[in-house]
Amino acid sequence: MKEIITTDALLDAQQLGDFVRHAGEIEHPRELIVDVLRAIQTRYGWVPDEGVELTASILGLTAIEVEEIATFYDKIFRRPVGRVTMHLCDSICCWSRGGEEIAAHLKKILGIEFGQTTDDGLFTLLPSCCLGCCGIAPALMIDQQFYGPLTVEMVDELIATLRRERSV
Amino acid sequence: MSQTPQLLFKNRKAGETVFMPEYRASGGYQGLEKALRTMTPQDIRELVKAAGLRGRGGAGFPTGVKWGFFPADAPGVKYLVCNCDEMEPGTYKDGVLLQADPHQLVEGMILSAFALQTQVGYIFIRYAYERQASNLRKAISEATAAGYLGKNILGSGFDFELHVHGSAGRYILGEETALLNGLEGIRPNPRLKPPFPATRGLFGRPTTVNNVETLANIPHIVMGGAQWFKDLAMTTDGSGTKLFGLSGHLNCTECFELPVGIPLREVIETYGQGMWRNKQFKACLPGGASTPYLTGEHLDVPLDFGTLEKVGSRFGTAGVTAFDEDTCMVAATLNLIRFFARESCGWCTPCRDGLNLVKWLLEQFESGTGTSDHLLMLKEQLRNISGNSFCALAEGAMGPVAGLLAHFEQEIVDHIDQGRCPFHR
Repeated sequence: MKEIITTDALLDAQQLGDFVRHAGEIEHPRELIVDVLRAIQTRYGWVPDEGVELTASILGLTAIEVEEIATFYDKIFRRPVGRVTMHLCDSICCWSRGGEEIAAHLKKILGIEFGQTTDDGLFTLLPSCCLGCCGIAPALMIDQQFYGPLTVEMVDELIATLRRERSV
Repeated sequence: MSQTPQLLFKNRKAGETVFMPEYRASGGYQGLEKALRTMTPQDIRELVKAAGLRGRGGAGFPTGVKWGFFPADAPGVKYLVCNCDEMEPGTYKDGVLLQADPHQLVEGMILSAFALQTQVGYIFIRYAYERQASNLRKAISEATAAGYLGKNILGSGFDFELHVHGSAGRYILGEETALLNGLEGIRPNPRLKPPFPATRGLFGRPTTVNNVETLANIPHIVMGGAQWFKDLAMTTDGSGTKLFGLSGHLNCTECFELPVGIPLREVIETYGQGMWRNKQFKACLPGGASTPYLTGEHLDVPLDFGTLEKVGSRFGTAGVTAFDEDTCMVAATLNLIRFFARESCGWCTPCRDGLNLVKWLLEQFESGTGTSDHLLMLKEQLRNISGNSFCALAEGAMGPVAGLLAHFEQEIVDHIDQGRCPFHR
């Protein structure tokens, strides 16, 4: 049976009220789509169908108008991800400083490929375009925080810390 | 270390962000006060044109000329949009600038809004720059409290409100019309031009889109004047300073404010502190992932728009990514093309299908299964894609391919002849 996702699981009452009020005040409520989707994702972890529908109803749009935005951006997740989503840069500067070795090591110790989530639901590993960390390459991003220049030892330490702090 | 006058990085201190008190103490908002009290919007537009400022977001279009197309005197709502969707691999200067001194952009935008007579501004900022977005929100609220933003700014009768719009990934949003769609909440494929944004931009209204560094230069030009700004450059037809983000195989991979026209050798040797692990310099991307390679023969070329065009490359964003002698240029180009192919929005065939074909061809060479027919196909694709795509993404993507063919065709031939990558072990 499909889990029922309540509005409160997606946005708290304060956020919902703020978005509804803000949408009513501005001429083009549609400009808030990404803001609402990001807020839902921050609270719920990803954007389920109910999140798309909620966004549409707040902004006076159809679900498909929201969906075509939600599916365009790579930082909006329309499928479940782990509690820790790792965006590993695979662009040229990180590549030139050993990014491929870091990617191979992460895949090995987590036992997953890019785009997959560990069985315990803790880690999702995603390739990312340039993070603007070219000066500290190779680098990765977790929760909009940056780690670099990465070495295999640093990666081991980071994963151990995250396992300790973010396991349920 | 740097002898260059520091304008944009004047207040930069490692790990710190400067806000209103320090910004004002360093001369901040004097440009705005001066302009609102003593200059007309047209004065500022002419000053920026005379200063020769060229867009710092990659394309290098003269800012004053772009502003000249803008219907500043037309009635109704008009928009000023700052492009901070900095996602070109090798480019991180706007991120560094906004971590150091966000008020420069805010003051630059108010001045530019006054020059263009726009009432509403947006800063479109990439997902990864949340710290910078939060710096900007704080700077905007400080500037509002100080009377620099809002209604009747400094008693001039000029109104301007400024918003920060956070994005959610995808390189294509840096293309200005895709960015406008993104801001509106429409699927962000690029728009057909014309009409250009100056005529029909955000929400169908006249809009100018400028890069962070471009806008941050405006207060300095207003304070220092056009001739002073031009004299900052080392080339006669260049102007200003430029933020150079160094990366790749250099000992020092930091961001520096250096004069426009500085020779490549000085950037590599003095600021990059030479090649990493004592290797030899082989090539570099002079201005981000979409600029054709420079090689050892270009070390004395001044880094400026005109001088780099003359040698078949582009100044781009001045994100300099250096490669050492052990780098396989086929593999480097394959990495770049994989990025562009993945980031293509899929709207037009040359980009969606063409870049994937180029990627496949480079994969054949790199894996040792490439043939001379593949090389011919690669050359054909350079002709087929460049100039034929809907927006500049595919055009830029083919920059490194053009550089590969111009300077390193022999490396492709070696891959074909040896049936393997000659650089592997």
